Amino acid sequence: MYPFTYIKAKTNKDAIAAIGSNTNAKFIGGGTNIVDLMKMNIEKPHQLVDITSLDLKKIETLSNGNVKIGALVRNSDLAYHKTIAEKFPMLSKALLAGASAQLRNMATAGGNILQRTRCYYFYDTATPCNKREPGSGCSAIKGYNRMHAILGTSDKCIATHPSDMCVALSALDAIVHVEGINGERTINFLDFHLLPGDTPEKENVLQQGELITAIEIPSSSFAKNSTYLKVRDRASYEFALTSAAVALDIHNGTISNARIALGGVGTKPWRAKEAEQSLINKKATTENFSAAANVALKDAVTYKYNAFKPQLAKQTIISALQMIGGNNG
Amino acid sequence: MNIKQNPSGLQANGFTLPLSLSINGKQYDLNIEPRVSLLDALREYIGLTGTKKGCNQGACGACTVLVDGERINSCMTLAVQYQGKEITTVEGLAEDGNLSALQQAFIEHDGFQCGYCTPGQLCSATAMIEEFKNGMPSAVSPDVASEEFEFSEKEIKERMSGNLCRCGAYVGIVEAIQEAFSNKETTVAHETFYL
Ligand SMILES: Cc1cc2nc3c(=O)[nH]c(=O)nc-3n(C[C@H](O)[C@H](O)[C@H](O)COP(=O)(O)OP(=O)(O)OC[C@H]3O[C@@H](n4cnc5c(N)ncnc54)[C@H](O)[C@@H]3O)c2cc1C
Ligand code: SF4
Ligand code: FES
Ligand code: FES
Repeated sequence: MYPFTYIKAKTNKDAIAAIGSNTNAKFIGGGTNIVDLMKMNIEKPHQLVDITSLDLKKIETLSNGNVKIGALVRNSDLAYHKTIAEKFPMLSKALLAGASAQLRNMATAGGNILQRTRCYYFYDTATPCNKREPGSGCSAIKGYNRMHAILGTSDKCIATHPSDMCVALSALDAIVHVEGINGERTINFLDFHLLPGDTPEKENVLQQGELITAIEIPSSSFAKNSTYLKVRDRASYEFALTSAAVALDIHNGTISNARIALGGVGTKPWRAKEAEQSLINKKATTENFSAAANVALKDAVTYKYNAFKPQLAKQTIISALQMIGGNNG
Repeated sequence: MNIKQNPSGLQANGFTLPLSLSINGKQYDLNIEPRVSLLDALREYIGLTGTKKGCNQGACGACTVLVDGERINSCMTLAVQYQGKEITTVEGLAEDGNLSALQQAFIEHDGFQCGYCTPGQLCSATAMIEEFKNGMPSAVSPDVASEEFEFSEKEIKERMSGNLCRCGAYVGIVEAIQEAFSNKETTVAHETFYL
């Protein structure tokens, strides 16, 4: 790890000013991603601004019923929080399915959104990688790509976004609150992450030095009946091969509202809106769930070692929908 | 450039910061670079080598310590971030020379073979039992909004999945945790043999 200077910010303003226009300065939250990447010499900041003392650790229900989560709320505290577990079970479940208890006690909500891909070539500085070194080439496209994405890929990068929490946040239409030198703004979660396109090194719409301050989740009629299902190579402590965050609003057996978002398959947390639409006014049956799963994966492009993923993702969607909508016909 | 000799003889060659850490109830004053992980600070600068370095990337749990009673991976964080917190390492689990019930149960149930993962397992399980008692759910709990779970083998395995054991002593580890959970209050005096 290269040496760097360290300061602990006391207020949002201090933290933002400390980064300012310095592109070699970075925030550090729980450290579970950035410290790892710094050890591997993938991230090489000259200065770290520790934000863990900032007053961004509250979870509050707003007057309109929305829930606002401070950016420094730890993944464990968020998963355990009664309001979250009751109103948005898919979010609690997604968090509990991620990493380990130790890591969840360190990881923050803001850091989780900004965690970088687990593509092994991205981590291996001896191999070309367009995300790590723009223009150097992608080692995964013709390499060992079993864990890689099948939706939203480009000929420059096929890496997945590894977060479980973000899959739930995209299903829940979350809103990201950020603060920068020019003041505060909000970003719809679905617009927050970028597809790789020609610039896989650019992963989100944050501007230089912007601090994530909170994540807001709109109240909804469907989120209470929701779940998160994650499929991986071992039962725990592993990133997703496929995952699905789903919610259903069912009245007299008919679906009035649906949410489907996918993990492990997209280059960003993947919302499947067309598949959701296909369920509206339909009966909650396995046949209809299966048809929706087909819609969700219809644009999948596979590579040599991940051709199993579309089918696995479909089964994940169907099973998740059955968990909350019943196993009918 | 500030060249600082540390207690274990390693040299720091970047810019150092004064830092005071509270570990197992004792205060340690250090002068270290901000890039030193909490794990390296414990082992290489303070000489508390009970905490182990396995993967150094968050993937094995050998480096687990307690911060204000909660378990974290000390390899994945910077020591400078832990000023003002109460850190407990495996060296701090026994009280007045008496092993904790969990430590004793690990011995009785063969909760280890080579012992390399054991400090992490012990710290992790100590906090895990508290999490369970405080009604915190896990990925296998049937209802995340309920505080009623069974202290089942399935729950223990999921809750301990952040600690790998290359020797595969898992059966003994689960049994030891089950026993310590059911007799949490009994602290068993250790025998000299185990020291
Ligand atoms: C072994 C291992 C297994 C894991 N398994 C999973 C898994 O199964 N599922 C999963 O979802 N995740 C998993 N993770 C990833 C983990 O969830 C992330 O590392 C964690 O959420 C990052 O949060 P942090 O606070 O530690 O971020 P940091 O490491 O502190 O920061 C990450 C990035 O975010 C920036 N940042 C942090 N906070 C802010 C803010 N408020 N505003 C602006 N920028 C900010 C930092 O500058 C940095 O670039 C795993 C990690 C490890 C090491
Ligand atoms: S998939 Fe993306 S991150 Fe992985 S090697 Fe290719 S460019 Fe790099
Ligand atoms: S050494 Fe920290 S998790 Fe492996
Ligand atoms: S006892 Fe050897 S690694 Fe666990």
